[in-house]
Amino acid sequence: MTNHFIDVKNSDCILIMGGNSAETHPISFRWVMKAKERGAILIHVDPRFTRTSSKADCYAALRSGTDIAFLGGMINYILSNNLYFKEYVVHYSNASFIVGEKYSFKDGLFSGFDPATRKYDKTTWAYELDENGVPKKDYTLKHPRCVFQLLKKHYSRYTLDKVSKVTGTPKEDLKKVYELYSATGKPDKAGTILYAMGWTQHTVGVQNIRAMSIIQILLGNMGMAGGGVNALRGESNVQGSTDHGLLYHIWPGYNPVPTGSVPTLADYLKKYTPVSKDPMSANWWQNRPKYVVSFLKAMFGDAADASNDFGYAWMPKLDDGKAYSWLDLFDAMYRGEFSGFFAWGQNPACSGANAGKTREALTKLDWMVNVNLFQNETASFWQAPGLDPKKIKTEVFFLPCAAFLEKEGSITNSGRWAQWRYKAQDPPGEAKPDGDIIVELFEEIRKLYAKGGVFPDPILKLKWDYTTNGRFDPHKVARVINGEYTKDVTVQDKTYKKGQPVSSFALLKDDGSTSSGCWIYCQSYNEAGNNMAKRDNKDTSGIGLYSNWAWAWPLNRRIIYNRASVDLMGRPWNPQRPVITFAGEVKEGKYVSSKWVGDVPDGAWYPMMNPDGTMRTDSKYPFIMKPHGFADIFGPGLADGPFPEHYEAIECPVEKNLFSSQLTNPVAALYGTEKDIYKTCDPRYPFVCTTYRVTEHWQTGVLTRWLPWLLETEPQIFVEMSEQLAKLRGIKNGETVIVESARGSVEAVAIVTKRFRPFLVHGQEIHQVGLPWHYGWVWPPQGGESANLLTPSTGDPNTRIPETKAFMVNVRKKGA
Amino acid sequence: MAGMSFFIDTTRCTACRGCQIACKNWNQNGASMTKNTGSHQNPPDLDGNTFKLVRFSESEVSGKPVWYFFADQCRHCLEPPCKDAIAGYTDGAVIQDEETGAVVYNEKTKGVPIDDVRGACPYDIPRAREDGRIVKCTMCIDRVKNGLLPACVKVCPTGAMNFGTRENMLDLAKKRLAELKDKFPKAQLLNPDEVRVIYLVVDDPAKYHSHAVASLSSGIDRKLALRRLFRPAKTLVQGLV
Repeated sequence: MTNHFIDVKNSDCILIMGGNSAETHPISFRWVMKAKERGAILIHVDPRFTRTSSKADCYAALRSGTDIAFLGGMINYILSNNLYFKEYVVHYSNASFIVGEKYSFKDGLFSGFDPATRKYDKTTWAYELDENGVPKKDYTLKHPRCVFQLLKKHYSRYTLDKVSKVTGTPKEDLKKVYELYSATGKPDKAGTILYAMGWTQHTVGVQNIRAMSIIQILLGNMGMAGGGVNALRGESNVQGSTDHGLLYHIWPGYNPVPTGSVPTLADYLKKYTPVSKDPMSANWWQNRPKYVVSFLKAMFGDAADASNDFGYAWMPKLDDGKAYSWLDLFDAMYRGEFSGFFAWGQNPACSGANAGKTREALTKLDWMVNVNLFQNETASFWQAPGLDPKKIKTEVFFLPCAAFLEKEGSITNSGRWAQWRYKAQDPPGEAKPDGDIIVELFEEIRKLYAKGGVFPDPILKLKWDYTTNGRFDPHKVARVINGEYTKDVTVQDKTYKKGQPVSSFALLKDDGSTSSGCWIYCQSYNEAGNNMAKRDNKDTSGIGLYSNWAWAWPLNRRIIYNRASVDLMGRPWNPQRPVITFAGEVKEGKYVSSKWVGDVPDGAWYPMMNPDGTMRTDSKYPFIMKPHGFADIFGPGLADGPFPEHYEAIECPVEKNLFSSQLTNPVAALYGTEKDIYKTCDPRYPFVCTTYRVTEHWQTGVLTRWLPWLLETEPQIFVEMSEQLAKLRGIKNGETVIVESARGSVEAVAIVTKRFRPFLVHGQEIHQVGLPWHYGWVWPPQGGESANLLTPSTGDPNTRIPETKAFMVNVRKKGA
Repeated sequence: MAGMSFFIDTTRCTACRGCQIACKNWNQNGASMTKNTGSHQNPPDLDGNTFKLVRFSESEVSGKPVWYFFADQCRHCLEPPCKDAIAGYTDGAVIQDEETGAVVYNEKTKGVPIDDVRGACPYDIPRAREDGRIVKCTMCIDRVKNGLLPACVKVCPTGAMNFGTRENMLDLAKKRLAELKDKFPKAQLLNPDEVRVIYLVVDDPAKYHSHAVASLSSGIDRKLALRRLFRPAKTLVQGLV
């Protein structure tokens, strides 16, 4: 989230799309209801009328997988009706940038596409630079190749008629949503978007969110209280996991993982440190060398110094051009490319797309360790229905671990708040905190490497002082994450002692004199103590920042890009709900001292303009993480194009894409084993399907299926369908039916409901169904199987997240 | 008629069922191995282990789907007909707490015919346990007497469940009703003068639940009234009290 949960209450219009907050983030709805109390409008756009829709002022149904068409129509509506926030767009976005002549978009393909490699050459999307190397701009937004004009041209194709034909959303519903949401384009209004996996889990997942980001920029909603782009994360600590480098392609703090073709630290820093020639651009990532060197110092301690590249060579490298995401790992496992596997705190036999392929892949392993609280379908995959345990060689170890209440540590919520939690009780029996299991495991591995082995340095040189009395100590880890001085240092007139915590990432260095395990967490655990444990519930901001409750990255900033919430002179666009306000002294029409009040500003520079209207040169543009300092309407960094474009899902019910002759995302991630079957417009699988969650269960249900009170409320897998589809298939409410895709089938209880309706798509009636993915064969006996036996292993080209939210199935009566 | 009351604002309810589970948690009531019956409402009805049940009801208004949620529970009537019905069999089984107004059953309800008690309740609330005891919501009197909110109110994230003095709850209910009346002409409070659990709905109450409002057929019937009249002798004979 650019903002945070409580901030939702400040919104004037809340759009929930690609998510179902009332059911999946029930507590967040407290703030939605608070906003509604103030008169805010709640819009829900979803294929199915859910508990969220039940509270919406406006509900619109769309066919799964057509969000870009829907949002593209909104961009067109905003531009055609001049509803965008002009001053904001001109000064804070890249609308004025001139794009180079090589850029083009023709019939669904952007320039630079190579059909042989299914990749784009992104250099054709570059901006035109002036003699100083700064992008050329036209602040009148009239240049035919400026981003604004290209945007206008691109989305002029997204007419109400065409969008309605593609999405299946009635035109009047589209118009109503566009009208209500565009009303937040006024300076003193803010609209927010709450989304979740309904947007990410598509082959166009990233572009779904990009499309909304463009809308938020056009309407001037970024940085504002009650605005922003807000991902409601799928687990309580997913934000923390990504912050700390859980994904294959990033080190902690969003630094890229190097590939084999980047052999030295100097190469790495050159390749990944962006350069801006514009003195007004903060280009914050120019500080990457400080964060990377401090990270390496946290990894290897005294063993890392300038003479050995701070241990850069000891860090794992990826093969160039190769992905190591979830889908890729299980694909490699299926093809027998590796033989051992830790399934830690997860249940892949049910949780990932194409679970049948995953289960088969597990049989190719020599060994697997499953660390979990309860028995689950992964730990016991070898006993699954249809498998013969005698024929499976995989040796399985099950390690019981502590639940969250049985260990101490921090979790970071969707709003970037790192909150410290205490241990309530000891774990039962032999169960241990994950940290203890890791400590024991690592110490054993290090003993083995001490005797010899291939390339022992990374293991033997790793700094490993995370225990107290032999047990994992989360405070020691938190201190390393924050970072400390590795020697006595004097900066200006202040001396910092070796071992002293670094108080802010602004003080991190690239010379090895500081360490920090994750630079964005620098300040979380410093001389003031454990800031994540702060529990002051007083709010002095008036907009619910609660700045002394827990700690938020970066630097306890609660709303990021907040310098876009003020005008060029530093005055809040919305004086009723100011995030920050410039309060420096004025002399003769000029600011003469710098002071901001409110949230921690995104950089404490002077505003861009003096009260007398003269521009300052000592200021910075507000979007400090972007190399040029402007919000990206044109986004030249993604794998699949600088503007979001509608493509159908890999499995879809239509033969043609009405927007171009590119039916699907030309660079989507596809796989080639016999288990990777994709069926489009196949009469055997005529219905669109999506998967989702319910309030009462969590993920694959490993935690919740064992809780009788929760299981009682949602005991079995169900498939929701319209009354019309039920009639077509002769299905009665409550009967058990078969749902099947090209990859597998499950039995599910039919819920025949008015909350699903057929869509009119390309003039034809298209049916959609949906089912939850919380179940598995282990427990309860009649709970049913995983909905992921149906879903396809295909994914977004940027993130490689699987497309589990739009695929094709058949539904039939048992025995029919 | 002071004491305490609930105000249940169904327009804020998202059916997260936090109240249903919190109730089971506080009362340490068990769960049944249910089946999905083609509805999200589960268990399908109140039972000996379920004092609070979120009822799900979908219909259409002007061609658009609506989904109403009704967090059903004992209304703690100001003049509880169940008390009279049970008194037809035994004394001291139903306590109406003076301070809060809570209507609380105790173990003496064991053996009282459940059908008579259910029949007497205008909202069809009481249920029998396997051991014959009749049970229902206690207003969490053990919590309330110790200065805590009822478990269902404590856990509600959206402000649907409210609890406080009767005066405050009635004020809150009327204020909220006034806010909603323009947008929802059918908005109404359900039997606010007769019960301590005041629901606010915005449509025909029957669209939420068949017993959302007091049904005309229930209340204390002639049979029960007669039984009560003649009960003292019967009590002596059976050695109850």
